[in-house]
Amino acid sequence: MIPAAFDYKKANSAEEAIALIAEHGDEAKLLAGGHSLIPMMKLRLAVPSVLVDIAGVDDLSYIDDRDDHIAIGALANHRSLETSDLLISECPVLAHVASKVGDPQVRHRGTLGGSLAHSDPASDLPAVVLALGGSLVAQGPNGEREIAVADFFTGYFESALSEDEMLTEVRIPKAPGSSWNYQKFNRRAQDWAIVGVAAVEVQGATQVSLVNMGSTPLRASGVEAALAGGASAAEAAEAAAEGTEPPTDLNASPEYRSHLARVLTRRALEAGGVS
Amino acid sequence: MEISVTVNGANQSSEVEPRTLLVYYLRDELGLTGTNVGCDTSSCGACTVHVNGESVKSCTMLAVQADGQEVTTIEGLAPSADELHPMQQSFQDNHGLQCGYCTPGMVMAACSLLDENPSPSEAEVREGLEGNLCRCTGYHNIVKAVLACSGQDVS
Repeated sequence: MIPAAFDYKKANSAEEAIALIAEHGDEAKLLAGGHSLIPMMKLRLAVPSVLVDIAGVDDLSYIDDRDDHIAIGALANHRSLETSDLLISECPVLAHVASKVGDPQVRHRGTLGGSLAHSDPASDLPAVVLALGGSLVAQGPNGEREIAVADFFTGYFESALSEDEMLTEVRIPKAPGSSWNYQKFNRRAQDWAIVGVAAVEVQGATQVSLVNMGSTPLRASGVEAALAGGASAAEAAEAAAEGTEPPTDLNASPEYRSHLARVLTRRALEAGGVS
Repeated sequence: MEISVTVNGANQSSEVEPRTLLVYYLRDELGLTGTNVGCDTSSCGACTVHVNGESVKSCTMLAVQADGQEVTTIEGLAPSADELHPMQQSFQDNHGLQCGYCTPGMVMAACSLLDENPSPSEAEVREGLEGNLCRCTGYHNIVKAVLACSGQDVS
């Protein structure tokens, strides 16, 4: 499978990338690690006429300690998250979930910013970032703006980024020593989750998010409310599928996904000691 | 587009179409057919090569993305024409292959794994090779070969 023909442009800075996407409009796509975009281009599900390669923007791969949060450059790859001492000590759930994405080859290329901007509801990292809270920084022709994670995922493969913006940084609140767990259910190694559940304790409250239970990654608000009201893990997990519209595919029906969401939420809460 | 890539230590300058996948550049332009195309969907790992020392699936990377980078293929591993790389030798010694189709990718993935984790447990080897499929169900001896290459006793 070969992608349709396109023009290739290399950007050496975020400003250059933004100027290029402004010039080419919705015909252009940003290319980072390419591990979501290139497969879609090979299947001709994505047919951009211009690719703007931002992998060479070398100042966007950082993972920095910023007092109350960790700032991660959009081009930090999954392998660097997985092995970051800072994340392992201050936000271990993010390092762990990064280690569950795809396989080692994918993690050497795929980037956090790419995964979030792609906004695939079946991906691991968007859901865990949603559970953690924090914000994302978008840079456009008129400068930077900060978008709360809760407002970022707007639809199926759609985010709050506008056409002329580039995601440059992810800001994750620190959560050292807090409880967390991630449950990913799939049948084959390296696959997307059929359903996944992230549970993390953030400033004393338990935040739970769901992978592949709707058109975007979702917060399991029914579970969170039940826990806040004093429910046990098993009781709260019963609310995991409330308000969701899980997809149907070869792997699972909506009913089966709802069942999985309840079971995996209970496991995540119990295993993480989060409740 | 003109690209300049260091492949197995030698500089290669080539004119490629931007949509050319790295694996086809290696195979069709450079004649390095040791790298196989298996699933062509980033799943099977048969096309695994190293880019700047790390394993990647060359069916999911454009040749233009390798511009200015260092690529190593299975042909570039062995120190000479009559001596195998220790990982290749270990695959041979431990019968880590049957049909051989997955082998170049397995060896490249295994070398990258040991670079990152020089003395992995058996479970870590199995997880570390999750991006590579062997349809002869030969995983047992592949895992043994990787453990042996890391200097661990597999007898």
